[in-house]
Amino acid sequence: MKIPLDFQLNGHPTTAEVHPGARLIDLLRDTLGLTGTKEGCGEGECGACTVLVDGRPVNSCLFPAPEVDGSEVVTIEGLAEPGQGLSILQQAFVEGGAIQCGFCSPGMILAAKALLDRNPDPEEGEIRRALAGNLCRCTGYVQIVGAVRAASRKLRASAGEEVR
Amino acid sequence: MSSLRHIGRDLPRPDAPDKATGKALYICDLSLPGMLHGKIKFSEHASARIVHIDTSKAERLPGVRAVLTGENVPEVRFGFMRDNLALKKGRVRQFRDEIAAVAATDPDIAAEAVELIEVEYEPLPAVFCPRQALEEDAPLVHERDASGRPRKSNRLALEVGHATGDLAAARAASRHVVEGEFTTPLIQQSCMGTAGCIARFDARDNLTLWAKTQIPFLAQRDFRGALAAMGLAGRECRVIVPTLGGAFGTGLDTHAYEYIAILLAHRTGRPVKILYDRREEFACLSPRQSSVVHVEQGCDENGKLTFRDVRVLQDNGAYTSWGATYPSVMLLPATSLYQVPVVSFRADIVYTNNTYCQAMRGYGNPELTWAIESNLDELAEVAGIDALDLRRINVNRPGEVTPMGLKVTSCGLEQCLETVGRKLRWSERRGKQRGKRRGVGLASLVHVGGGGRIYRSDGSGVILRFDDYGNVHVSTGAVEMGQGLHAALVVGVAEAVGVRPEQVFINQTDTATCPWDVGTHASRGAYMALSAVMIAAKKAREKIFRFAAGAFAGEVGRNIEKRRKKNPDYRPPDFDLPASLEPEHFDLADGEVFLTAAPDDPALRVGLDRLLRAMHFCRGGDMLTVEAFYDPPTELPDWQKGRGNMSATYAYGAQGAAVEVDTDTGEVTLLGVVAVHDVGRVLNRQTLEGQIYGALAQGIGYALYEEILTERGRILNPGFTDYKIPTVAEMAFPIEVEFVETNDEQGPFGAKGVGEPGLVPTAPAIANAIYDAIGVRIRDLPITPEKILAALATRAERKPR
Repeated sequence: MKIPLDFQLNGHPTTAEVHPGARLIDLLRDTLGLTGTKEGCGEGECGACTVLVDGRPVNSCLFPAPEVDGSEVVTIEGLAEPGQGLSILQQAFVEGGAIQCGFCSPGMILAAKALLDRNPDPEEGEIRRALAGNLCRCTGYVQIVGAVRAASRKLRASAGEEVR
Repeated sequence: MSSLRHIGRDLPRPDAPDKATGKALYICDLSLPGMLHGKIKFSEHASARIVHIDTSKAERLPGVRAVLTGENVPEVRFGFMRDNLALKKGRVRQFRDEIAAVAATDPDIAAEAVELIEVEYEPLPAVFCPRQALEEDAPLVHERDASGRPRKSNRLALEVGHATGDLAAARAASRHVVEGEFTTPLIQQSCMGTAGCIARFDARDNLTLWAKTQIPFLAQRDFRGALAAMGLAGRECRVIVPTLGGAFGTGLDTHAYEYIAILLAHRTGRPVKILYDRREEFACLSPRQSSVVHVEQGCDENGKLTFRDVRVLQDNGAYTSWGATYPSVMLLPATSLYQVPVVSFRADIVYTNNTYCQAMRGYGNPELTWAIESNLDELAEVAGIDALDLRRINVNRPGEVTPMGLKVTSCGLEQCLETVGRKLRWSERRGKQRGKRRGVGLASLVHVGGGGRIYRSDGSGVILRFDDYGNVHVSTGAVEMGQGLHAALVVGVAEAVGVRPEQVFINQTDTATCPWDVGTHASRGAYMALSAVMIAAKKAREKIFRFAAGAFAGEVGRNIEKRRKKNPDYRPPDFDLPASLEPEHFDLADGEVFLTAAPDDPALRVGLDRLLRAMHFCRGGDMLTVEAFYDPPTELPDWQKGRGNMSATYAYGAQGAAVEVDTDTGEVTLLGVVAVHDVGRVLNRQTLEGQIYGALAQGIGYALYEEILTERGRILNPGFTDYKIPTVAEMAFPIEVEFVETNDEQGPFGAKGVGEPGLVPTAPAIANAIYDAIGVRIRDLPITPEKILAALATRAERKPR
């Protein structure tokens, strides 16, 4: 038996059919071809598969696919408008040296986006708490925290602009 | 070349935008039409005879296309000592031994089929402790070597040693002597992207393998060996390297899963992908070697080191990877960290039935530096000399030749130590904060900084292909694995050739299109590739300028003509072109060729694109492609004697830590970390800092958190739930990174390799700070709260208050 789903994916109305036990990550990567979401551990420990469901960061490797019915899902592919270049947050990661191997970057950027959407001016401690579920083996996190701070500054400077 | 335009600038990495948008394609993202999914059945015993394998149920499962065991495939032998088989036959020697494999239309079917394979084992004696493995009656892990000769001991036939001077005499003459035993655990490299590959054969049996490798060309050689074993000698084996989700040493060997994918692809005639999940990555991929290091050092009454005696026992596990050659790099700190006149070094590498090990960042150096630098603090205390002074007294200097025969070109160690001392406020704080249970500690490092010759060639090739639009396409056998090689190549090529960074494009590493490179290890990637780039760029500029000598006047004429057409009042520049132009009249910068005598007038500058087009759109035309191969002027050491100048230059550095220890819970809080590294020359500060920050985090994990736990060869914590790598929450303390620029005469633009040094001295710096804070010395990594509490309890028993 398959469950029909109707949801918003990166701003586009999307329909799909999934098995009751399907994981959100498999729906995104295998069925819908959005491979920007990465699977790092499959048990919710590394955060590489983080996507936003109704603005909330979730581990898509644990999140049941049927639950996105009626929701708004944002993946890393949904941050930059086509033809508009990178979002301010993505640009901050690129310019801040916050990306090395890049495998954790999609999840890390989405976790940071969820934070900045909620709180455009977070303290460093809040940034660290918001990203504590996202493992990175390359960077030591210094430039990641720096990039989130830089993005926060830029976003507030261009006040009113949505955090993309 | 005039002043530098791009070197030292913080240009964003060229690979970052794709990685920030999810466009970068890692092995997990690749698939091919008709592709099958492979899954491996691993051993359930550490040492056993395989009595029987029943694959019938698996074969009957719909969707299964092949089930392989050691009995129905050609024997594919691999490994540094060729002691491993792709699929084991008759006998398993470790828990993760590959005994069968399935290819199916879907990963879930493949996993289900593997579960249906039934194996009957007869357990055999096993040995898990490297010391016990050396005892005479220990069970032999391998009864025979790769050529079938009987083996008598579990000791590997890899002799690495060193002896300089009269050890007994030096020990006897020393005023102070301290010895100790230091141990390090198994460490998971913990790449965020797990291991995997795709194997595909064409209809003529040529193989293409998409591999997560750091050694595409040595891997190609290995895989060609497998093809020969499969009766396909001489067939092409093309290795393509996709975007790598980290490597850290895991890509320095070829792996059973790759050979299994090759066998499955050949058996089924379809592309086969094998992708490890995190549990397999932990339990079935080789971790960093554990080690036991015994060290003894002495000094005279002035603190001058008199001797160093080091003995290493390394647990190899059941098979041999390049990681078994750790002692080759251990020789560096053993013989050459600080000036030591008398040195003895010996390493024993032993087979056990534990998981077999492979390389990780630092390659033996962190293991040894941990022991030497911890022990040095103990020596300083016994000698009554300040620990920083002791290091100053014995510091390495430029021009010195060490006992190993390392020729030190530039050396900024003294400056690194001074800076760390100043930043730690050493004289104010060292030994003066015990009341607050706070302390400071430091440690130094020496590492290869100009390649590391552990193979007959340490070479790196590069091809620069110029297109009609003035762009330079770079092909290199070196591998971007996250470290920033492509960023270094972009600035290096832009600088050395004289084009804008956005005119430089890096091609995917592919053995079919890229020149040979020994591999991206030993902190050599940027150093070697850029050294080759310097040679290639010189060739390109010579060709461009030779062509310009004939073509420049005409192109300038066209420049002026164009301007006149646009603006009838245009007045050409007041400059007479020499009647005869020679190549040496020209320069090239920002993608434009100009005369050094008249660099500024736009009408006297000709776009490189125009010259390149003119160069081949003519009779007898030429496409501009240049190549270069750089193999540094170094020596392949004699390992038994432990002598040879294995690197063109050496990287130095010092790190310091400030800690606070909670003596009730044993918890260590890092108050700050300082890393000062002699990098020769900063090519791109942001990328360089990223390398140091990242390595520091790994060093901190090594010091305080990380350890693969085993019980009779079985890995007990195969996941991030029970194996802790530092998160952003742990890394919440001030980190100061500073660079000492010694402008090495050998290095490209003066630079040294820097990929590994950042994690080498971190653990001993922290351990030394902990001792300074609470007076207990932990000699066994990681330094957990339990070990600190146990050490405090032992001390309390010894010294009742």
